[in-house]
Amino acid sequence: MATNPHAFDLKADSFSFPTLYLLSTDLDAVEALLEQRLEQAPDFFRNAPLVIDLSRLDTNHQMVEFPLLVGMLRGRGIIPIGLRGGTPEEQHSATLTELAILGEGARPKRTRSAPTAVEGAPPEATAAGEAESTPASSTVVVTRPVRSGQRVYAAGGDLVVLAPVSSGAELMADGHIHTYSALRGRVLAGVKGDRSARVFCSSLQAELVSIAGRYMLIDDYPPKMVGQSVHFYLERDHLYIQPLPA
Amino acid sequence: MAKIIVITSGKGGVGKTTTAAAIGMGLALRGNRTVVIDFDVGLRNLDLIMGCERRVVYDFINVINGEAKLKQALIRDKRCEDLYILPASQTKEKEALTKEGVGTVIQELSEHFDYILCDSPAGIEHGAYMAMYYADDAVVVTNPEVSSVRDSDRMLGILASKSRRAENEQDPVREYLLLTRYNPQRVQNGEMLSVNDVQEILALDLLGVIPESEAVLNASNSGTPVILNQQSEAGQAYMDIVARYLGEEVPHRFLEVNKKGLLNRLFGG
Repeated sequence: MATNPHAFDLKADSFSFPTLYLLSTDLDAVEALLEQRLEQAPDFFRNAPLVIDLSRLDTNHQMVEFPLLVGMLRGRGIIPIGLRGGTPEEQHSATLTELAILGEGARPKRTRSAPTAVEGAPPEATAAGEAESTPASSTVVVTRPVRSGQRVYAAGGDLVVLAPVSSGAELMADGHIHTYSALRGRVLAGVKGDRSARVFCSSLQAELVSIAGRYMLIDDYPPKMVGQSVHFYLERDHLYIQPLPA
Repeated sequence: MAKIIVITSGKGGVGKTTTAAAIGMGLALRGNRTVVIDFDVGLRNLDLIMGCERRVVYDFINVINGEAKLKQALIRDKRCEDLYILPASQTKEKEALTKEGVGTVIQELSEHFDYILCDSPAGIEHGAYMAMYYADDAVVVTNPEVSSVRDSDRMLGILASKSRRAENEQDPVREYLLLTRYNPQRVQNGEMLSVNDVQEILALDLLGVIPESEAVLNASNSGTPVILNQQSEAGQAYMDIVARYLGEEVPHRFLEVNKKGLLNRLFGG
């Protein structure tokens, strides 16, 4: 039987959902407050889809018990649909209770472990559920060497590094990355999928260069480019390398 | 207030304890009251290198746990009255080194000493964190060899992000590079990284270079810090380093291959 191409249309749409920002992992306390809120507005919550957000919990919070939490919500006629934030363990646990794992949306996430104390102030939260668009407002500038094992992440913006980046160090940015000293580590630009992101470096010795997931290893560069001022960009899904004009 | 210096490297066997013993002795010989603390709980070595292993009664962990007073655990060097060592425990768990405990001991020591040297264990685990946490200055001991250089680099990253100075957003820990086991002949043959190679990778101030020398092994085996052997190049190089650390301008030595004179060559000098 021939398939009917008009049986459905697949499109990306935006919705806004009420979001439950969990501030405590003490589910008894959560339940008590929930009861109170339900009494105030029972209709508002009936069959209402709800997103659970863990981003405001302490970084070393106790693991959220999703079976309990989801059961509590469903038992009151609320339809929890997805989870935003949380640790990989929590996300795994959430998928077992049939929650979808949602992206960070347009809200720039707070970097957890940027080793250097250079971090753009994350702008305030905007409505959830919008398409991935990075507000390119915060550029991070690093002036001290980035050592092996260190990772610098410029969330929602560009990263500029004025000191050497050692082999085994990692630079990440949602936008472009510029380096003005020896670059021996790994660089990942456009880590949230921005394909227009570029990598500029004044002395190319990087172990790996990646833009929006496309990458090149040090052995993939033409030998004459090594040690030179070059930039990397994506075109039709291919990663290109070009010398910078002198 | 005492200056707290950590002797660290990441990699093992590069000469941390030799360096801690030598610099400690050098500072003390110049009249600075100096204490060297062994942070290598379970693999106690400093007492051997300093030749005081028979005099260890109480150790660092005893003091942290309140089982002994600091005075009881400190061992005064027999050769230099301004030098003390605080030995590590050979039997306890390294988790006994608590941040608070170490802090209290260092606080108490800094009332009586000019310099506190912390001899770090290898690796980047608990003992190494504790050794570097309170540091003002760091001497990063590195061999001219790629894996040692990378480990040093990793250690520098940890110093820049996990030390007390980093956590309190004070001035960063001052970092110095100390290259040990340097063999100019092998550098010339292209078998070893040169001073410049290492400095280019680590981008760090060079405190000094210790040439590879039999005197170091002999010194360790006899429990005499190599700096006391001023006949040896290594001993002289450590003396230069102490002077340089104290702010004197001393040119770097032992970086070039010795050109043997005709007489030396004839008589096998």
